[in-house]
Amino acid sequence: MRYLRADAAHPIAVTINGRPYAVQAEPRLLLTDLLREVIGLTGTHTGCEHGVCGACTVHIEGIPQRACLTYAVQVDGRSITTVEGLAPSAAPLTALQSAFREHHALQCGFCTPGLLMSLSHLVESEPDADEARVREVLSGHLCRCTGYQGIVDATMDVLAAQRRDGAT
Amino acid sequence: MKPARFDYACPDTLDEALALLAEEGPAARVMAGGQSLAAMLNMRLVEPRVVLDISRLHELAYITANDLYVEVGAAVTQRELLAWPALADKLPLIAQMLPHVGHTQTRARGTVCGSLAHADPSSELPLALALLNGEVVLQSRTGIRTLAARAFHTGLMTTAVEPFELIRAVRFPVLGDAAVTAFTEVSQRHGDFALTAVALTGDRRRIRIGVAGVEDRPKVLDLLWRDDASLQDEIQAKVSTMHGSDDIHASGAYRRDLVPHLAMRLIEEARDALSAR
Repeated sequence: MRYLRADAAHPIAVTINGRPYAVQAEPRLLLTDLLREVIGLTGTHTGCEHGVCGACTVHIEGIPQRACLTYAVQVDGRSITTVEGLAPSAAPLTALQSAFREHHALQCGFCTPGLLMSLSHLVESEPDADEARVREVLSGHLCRCTGYQGIVDATMDVLAAQRRDGAT
Repeated sequence: MKPARFDYACPDTLDEALALLAEEGPAARVMAGGQSLAAMLNMRLVEPRVVLDISRLHELAYITANDLYVEVGAAVTQRELLAWPALADKLPLIAQMLPHVGHTQTRARGTVCGSLAHADPSSELPLALALLNGEVVLQSRTGIRTLAARAFHTGLMTTAVEPFELIRAVRFPVLGDAAVTAFTEVSQRHGDFALTAVALTGDRRRIRIGVAGVEDRPKVLDLLWRDDASLQDEIQAKVSTMHGSDDIHASGAYRRDLVPHLAMRLIEEARDALSAR
């Protein structure tokens, strides 16, 4: 049995955006804080820290999950993708990121990293998703700027483009 | 917020987990997906000395079915149950409810049994357990016991699980071919905690309506088919004695007043489903 004492830091091996990291973490360290404070990847945002707002959403083993409801010690041996892993540099952005820009799907940008992680998984894993499904996935995120319409439009645009490209 | 310090134990076997629980008792908290518990830890509503993570126990990662019930192990996530190919056939009510349990992102970690352990008065899976007359299988180092829904869920966010026990699995009964099911809820955002959630099971003779979100735990109303006006009156009368408490989201009276409306919607759905057969 792995038994990790509360007041000590323990070695964690984790792959983030394809790169292996060996870090130290106390049991109570949140995955959000591991990413932001220990590793320095500040794209993942910390909002509510109790699973409601969705700003901290990352992929764990390819599936969107809340980094704030996950402790660093739980991802030992796991593979994680953060918003930094979507497009390695600003040019080119992914199709979804470009669509966000075109449709004004963000204003302040606080919620955007989490949204991109949930929606990038959706457009890849469910190419036939309709607007209702997009809105269902969006229900796991709070955005106080956009009213969501631009986010829905951007996502629907990417889904339609994928279908067009797939058909030709 | 950040949680208070805790020891983290990740056992490799169920025996190891049970031995640790026997030793630590009330100082330990079992965590499966952590989608309720981590939030409570982060807000320091709970401060256990040890968090016992059972999410990697393969012995508890199973879904089995027989003619009578479907058994879901404590390490099975809501996402995994939703993706189980036989779900709509064996447990149509659960198939209707699960998309409303949290969000896609929390269902990826959150477990079926964890939601029962959390026992929030407005959550869907405890409602399903009560309405279907399901059972919860509890295990400690000294043995296994099985509790019916009513004996398991004892009050507001309270269950009969003893400090040295963990939930091993839940059993949801399989309804016969004659049965119909329906579910609806009112919440502020899809996936948020419901203000009021109502579920129905029935056949050509009987209707059972389950209500969550009003009292401290789900309540089940047993009815016989009658005309709509009489059914609505009867539901109204039964609901009028329920004690709903007020909170920031809605008054107890509002939560209670929703019940007859939502129930009649489900009854209409059930009647249509039965007459279409």
